[in-house]
Amino acid sequence: MNLPVVVNDVHKAYGQVKALSGLSFEVKPGELFGFIGPDGAGKTTLLRILTTLLVPDAGSAFVDGLDVVKDYKAIRKIVGYMPGRFSLYQDLTVEENLNFFAGIFKTTVKENYHLIEDIYKQIEPFKNRPAGKLSGGMKQKLALSCALIHKPKVLFLDEPTTGVDAVSRTEFWDMLKRLQQQDIAILVSTPYMDEASLCDRVALIQQGKLMDIDTPGAITNKLPGRMFAITSPSMYTMLLELQQYTKAVSAYPFGDSVHLHVIDASFKISDLENYLKEKGQKGFTIKAIQAGIEDCFMYLMEKHHAHV
Amino acid sequence: MSDMIKSTDVRETIIYVRDLVKRFGHFVANDHLSFDVYKGEIFGFLGANGAGKTTAIRILCGLSTPTSGQINVAGYDAYLETEKIKQNIGYMSQKFSLYEDLTVEENFTFYGGVYGLSRKQIKEKTTLLLTRLDLLDERKTVLKALPLGWKQKLAFCVAIMHDPKIVFLDEPTGGVDPITRRQFWDLIYEASHNGITVFVTTHYMDEAEYCERVTIMVDGRIDALDTPANLKLKYNAGSMNEVFLRLARTAKATGE
Repeated sequence: MNLPVVVNDVHKAYGQVKALSGLSFEVKPGELFGFIGPDGAGKTTLLRILTTLLVPDAGSAFVDGLDVVKDYKAIRKIVGYMPGRFSLYQDLTVEENLNFFAGIFKTTVKENYHLIEDIYKQIEPFKNRPAGKLSGGMKQKLALSCALIHKPKVLFLDEPTTGVDAVSRTEFWDMLKRLQQQDIAILVSTPYMDEASLCDRVALIQQGKLMDIDTPGAITNKLPGRMFAITSPSMYTMLLELQQYTKAVSAYPFGDSVHLHVIDASFKISDLENYLKEKGQKGFTIKAIQAGIEDCFMYLMEKHHAHV
Repeated sequence: MSDMIKSTDVRETIIYVRDLVKRFGHFVANDHLSFDVYKGEIFGFLGANGAGKTTAIRILCGLSTPTSGQINVAGYDAYLETEKIKQNIGYMSQKFSLYEDLTVEENFTFYGGVYGLSRKQIKEKTTLLLTRLDLLDERKTVLKALPLGWKQKLAFCVAIMHDPKIVFLDEPTGGVDPITRRQFWDLIYEASHNGITVFVTTHYMDEAEYCERVTIMVDGRIDALDTPANLKLKYNAGSMNEVFLRLARTAKATGE
């Protein structure tokens, strides 16, 4: 069986700007693979290369065993692609858009309805509405339906949840999880670190370079040292004190606490308690926690000096 | 953050909204919104897509007229004194940023001019703010050559260079890397500390925790308004994400 995606040392530059600097990875059959990184990381460039819309400067890439440069026509028949920007016909209705996409791929909506049923039935009550008049969440569901209607072997989603509220984001990931049961490999890109935990494996990328690639659990387990969540009635001064703490690798605000990263093996919680008391902090709590993907991402960024 | 909340004595109201209604034909985008924002506060304005946030922000910025209700921003009436409002606020969003083909310095000069600052003031402010960002060496660089994170920080500084009373930030950190996102919040705290009121929308629920008070809009109404700590208590939730999901889900049940 061919691997859904193979990328070997791919490079791509736009003039002086290096979008991808030697990226290599594979997506396994049936995998939900996450491509995690902020704007400018190279996510869109990679997806455009894999969907044969861009040619790499160097390196090679294969989708279901087909070469993205030589076999681009064959690839286009077997992939589904949902670009970052809404790209359906705004003046066509929901139903017309779907029929159109089924038509170009020489299939019918009926033939593969089982694939999209779960998603499409949520927007079916609005099937006569022009796509341009749909809300953000509904557009997203229609775009996904259109990308699936020809039963692709590999589905590419470029930031499907960017700018989408927390409720719609959760719903969207539930849909992806169910799609995965249909034997479609999915490569999804996102700038939201919290979505990494929903993927089977993730690649963390920053400025066109891969910082790590693994299961979310393995990435967080690999982080050296320990992570602590510290709360205080005076969070701002607490943050400043923790940033000054000599044993801290980093101290970053995380919602209602500060995450303190310590690698020094001799570190004891009592040392930190004493330090904070000395600094006049009162009523704080210190809790050992499991690091998350965002903690790891920031650690890797600093290690690679990849932040600006 | 909770320590930012000053004592409970009377605080100066900088945005006053009572029964704000905005209709587009039969559609009610803002349905009797009422709230106060206090001077120097970091006020989080959350809600699902389509809940009516953008409509309300446009009215508060003097860009759109309310259908009814009493609205006062920075001491000016939202029906009659929209030009005054515009002079006294700053605005920044992920979409509306700086001019890509101008240099850093030219962007400052342009916006300083728009806000009526003198040449001297523009020069002083530009130096001050670029020093703060440690970007003084980049002042001759064309904006499009800079990384997104820098541009966003510059856009924020441009939005506050005329010392506005209020700065509106519409999803200022979207797509920005996690370290830059936190540096951006350092700038927000500083502005708030210097007395500028910050009115911010975000889709990152961890950022909701950094606000002094948070409103959550659902279907054109304000369903919750309190400190993050109180909201979590009230909805028995471990995080603002849970609070948000609980409130916004009820809206989704009725269709979008």
